[in-house]
Amino acid sequence: MLPALFFYLFALVLIASAVMVVAAKNPVHAVLFLILAFFNAAGLFVLLGAEFLAMILVVVYVGAVMVLFLFVVMMLDVNFAELRAGVLKILPVGLLVGLILLFELVFVVGAWVTAPNLASDAPAPPQTEVSNTKALGQLLYTDYVYLFEAAGLILLVAMIGAIVLTLHHRRDVRRQSIPDQVARTPETSIEVVQVESGRGLK
Amino acid sequence: MTVGLSHYLTVAAVVFTIGVFGIFLNRKNVIVILMSIELILLAVNINLVAFSAFHGDLVGQIFTLIVLTVAAAEAAIGLAIVVVYFRVRGTIEVADIDHLKG
Repeated sequence: MLPALFFYLFALVLIASAVMVVAAKNPVHAVLFLILAFFNAAGLFVLLGAEFLAMILVVVYVGAVMVLFLFVVMMLDVNFAELRAGVLKILPVGLLVGLILLFELVFVVGAWVTAPNLASDAPAPPQTEVSNTKALGQLLYTDYVYLFEAAGLILLVAMIGAIVLTLHHRRDVRRQSIPDQVARTPETSIEVVQVESGRGLK
Repeated sequence: MTVGLSHYLTVAAVVFTIGVFGIFLNRKNVIVILMSIELILLAVNINLVAFSAFHGDLVGQIFTLIVLTVAAAEAAIGLAIVVVYFRVRGTIEVADIDHLKG
């Protein structure tokens, strides 16, 4: 009873906040609703017994990716109201496509027949001898270690790509040049001048 | 009142649809389109985790981990491109992104 209650709570808040993500006028609000959606999806993951992924969703997604979104939304000085102009013109087409897609997907789900050799339509009993995190690690670092390394490589490429894209050197700013400073010697930086008495330096 | 696999699949289908609808609704704003893509990927992840839990097979959760990684990389690169584009053009309107005349 209680899991069902929590399922409907998480699912309803997830769907409501997803609607608000696409409908919010202010993109900052959209990002905050997306954070709420991810929290509720993490709740669904916990209900399904995937605790590690739930924590990854909260820590990595809400903690890193969504904060990145928030930074970019707040950094760009864009007139977002202007970007929403003409939204009513496209609304019927979008609703039509969305409803057709939803009907198709729900039809697929409704026509779903559980395999007869599957014991029941209930979640498989969780492995009690090892925790979800440990079981996932035992699988990820043995059978799927190449996949894991490929994921690391993807993140490395993304990191380098993002840095290369956004780094730009401004020519009009004077910067400290450490090699030039280190290469200075007394010969290059001190000049001995003979000053005639009473004349001063020109 | 037991919660079955189809309940999770329905929730994922609704979230997926909202994501696709969001791309239509905010077709001018790149940032909201990126957020809609995040919603779509979240729906896919809910599907994968639900199948993984109901079939007792952890490989689905491994796959979800990889999808999360790729989604994070996509978001980082996408936002970097948006920032560079805004620096060059001063707008992020999708209809203006036609310099390559594709």
